[in-house]
Order: sequence, then C-alpha cells, then structure tokens
Amino acid sequence: MSDMHANPSAAIAENETPQFWMTKDHHPENGTLLGFWIYLMSDCLIFACLFACYGVLGRNYAGGPSGADLFELPLVALNTAMLLLSSITYGFAVLEMQKNRRGTMMAWLIITGMFGAAFLGIELYEFAHLIHEGAGPQRSAFLSSFFTLVGTHGLHVTFGIVWLITLLFQVGKHGLTGANKRRIMCLSMFWHFLDVVWIGVFTFVYLMGVLP
Amino acid sequence: MSAHAESHDHHHDDHHDDEVVSHSTMGGYLLGFFLAVVLTAIPFWLVMDKVIPDTRTLSVVLLAFAAIQIVVHMIYFLHMDTKSQGGWNMLALIFTLVLVVITLSGSIWVMFHMNANMMPGMSHDMSQQVKNLP
Repeated sequence: MSDMHANPSAAIAENETPQFWMTKDHHPENGTLLGFWIYLMSDCLIFACLFACYGVLGRNYAGGPSGADLFELPLVALNTAMLLLSSITYGFAVLEMQKNRRGTMMAWLIITGMFGAAFLGIELYEFAHLIHEGAGPQRSAFLSSFFTLVGTHGLHVTFGIVWLITLLFQVGKHGLTGANKRRIMCLSMFWHFLDVVWIGVFTFVYLMGVLP
Repeated sequence: MSAHAESHDHHHDDHHDDEVVSHSTMGGYLLGFFLAVVLTAIPFWLVMDKVIPDTRTLSVVLLAFAAIQIVVHMIYFLHMDTKSQGGWNMLALIFTLVLVVITLSGSIWVMFHMNANMMPGMSHDMSQQVKNLP
C-alpha cells in the first residue's frame, strides 16, 4: 500500500520524475501457503477415495482373518500417541521460529522427526507381523484396501520426515531466512494434515474394524 | 524463486511470514493438544472396554468423536479461520469437504445397495436362467 501515492498529478505538475500508481506488481500475500493448502486439499481427495475403497471392501474377508482377529489396539494407541506428540512438538518448533531462536527450533524439529520415525517403526513392525502371519495385502479385499490406505498414509509420513531432514540442513546452513520460514510453515501444514488423516484411520479402520 | 524471496528479506515490508504464524500461541497449542488427547482416549476406551454393546450406536459415537477431533485439529493446529488468506483457505476446504462427502457417502451407499440387491438375487436369476435354457 505504501507504493501508492495519493496525488500523482501534483508530482507531475512539479516536473519531477513521474510517479505511478503501482510501482511494482502487487505480490499476493502468502500465495505459497494458499497454493500448498490447495495441494493438501487434493491430497485429502486421494485419501477420501482410499477411505471409500476401504469402506466398500473393508468387510470382504474372503474367508481370511478379520480386523477383530488382526488389529492390536494397544499398539495402535501407542502409534496414535506418537503422531499426536509429534504434532505438538512441531507446534513448539513453530513457536520458537516466531521468536527467531534457531537452535531450540531445530531441536524441536529433531524431536518431531524422532516421533515420526517411531510412528513409522511401529507401523512397519505391524505390517511385517501381519505379512508374517499370512495376512498380507494379497490375502483378501479387506487386507488389500487396508494396506493401501494405511500404507499411503505411512508413505506420506516418510516423505514428511525426508522433507524435515532437508529443512534442518537448509536452516543449519542459511539460518531462519524468509524462504526457510515459509518452508517450515508449509511442512507444518503438511504434518498437522497427516495427523488429521490419522484420526480418520484409527477411527474408521482400527476402532470400527474390531467391532463385530 | 529463492533469489526473489531473499531479496524480500532486506525489505522492511517483509511482514508476510510473521502474519502467517501470528495466530499460534503456546496456550493454543497446549489446549489443542489436551483436547486431542481426551478426544482420542475416549474412543479407544469405549472400544477396548466394550462400554457400548450395540455396534451401530458405538460406530456413530466413534465417528462423532473423530469429527469433533478433526475440527479441533483444524482450529488449534492448522489455524483455520474464515479470514485466513482472505477466505480462500476456507473456500477450498468447503469445496473439498463437499467432494469428500459425495465420494464417501456415494460409494458406500451405492456399493451397499449393489451388495444387497445383487448377491442373493443374482444366484436366483442365474438358476432361473439355467432352468430356462433349452
């Protein structure tokens, strides 16, 4: 707004260099964050399709094991706790970023990454256990849709961790520049979004899956 | 892109980034986390201790808890409100939610009826067709 001058005709009348209403293109505020939000919404549609798939196929066991036979809810609760804790520690990292404290922010990001890695480790253990028991994705439509949905979420978490490590190096090398702050805010949305998707997974897949 | 962003840093009007994160406060995150823990713990307790015997009622209760928790996450962690990005954020979200609801309820509704109508009926029709064969 400061680029606009109220009275350009006066400026020209004084025979100075002409002043224009717009001296530079108006850069839309937070355009990146809005664009990233729209990407997240398209990701949301991918998950909606996978949830719909699971909703349709989730009870087709083909004579194989059902959710009640397979799911270990204490393990899922632990997994949920890991993801929830990683969400709040990412929040602390954002708060430190606002105060421009690079060291503590990076520490919180590392803790977030560790919680994310713990989540992935538990999920991979669960997958390995299921496949070992002969309940792999090829066993029944229920298990195919289960592995696709939960696996896609796990893949997102994996790439979130890759992004987080990349950001740590960026911040370590260049500091808390405007570009890095923007990237941290994008990853923040991505990370919290994955937690939102996980709410759907543990409710719809695990908790409702063990019901008779 | 990065050169452009870095040139912005030396500008004193670089308040975009600060504006983005200005909603986040320690109190907001802690309140959101507390609500999320409570809203996660109750559904797990309901299922693991078999508090509600009726499956249908329990499913509805579980989905209600999930919906509330998603709203809590949206407000306290993703900082959604009607004003962010001049309302475009919220507009994109509402549009997506409409699509999600159509996809989910449409698929489940249609496929449920396909199952209900086809599975017994099909074998019946088939046996009749077999009988009618010359």
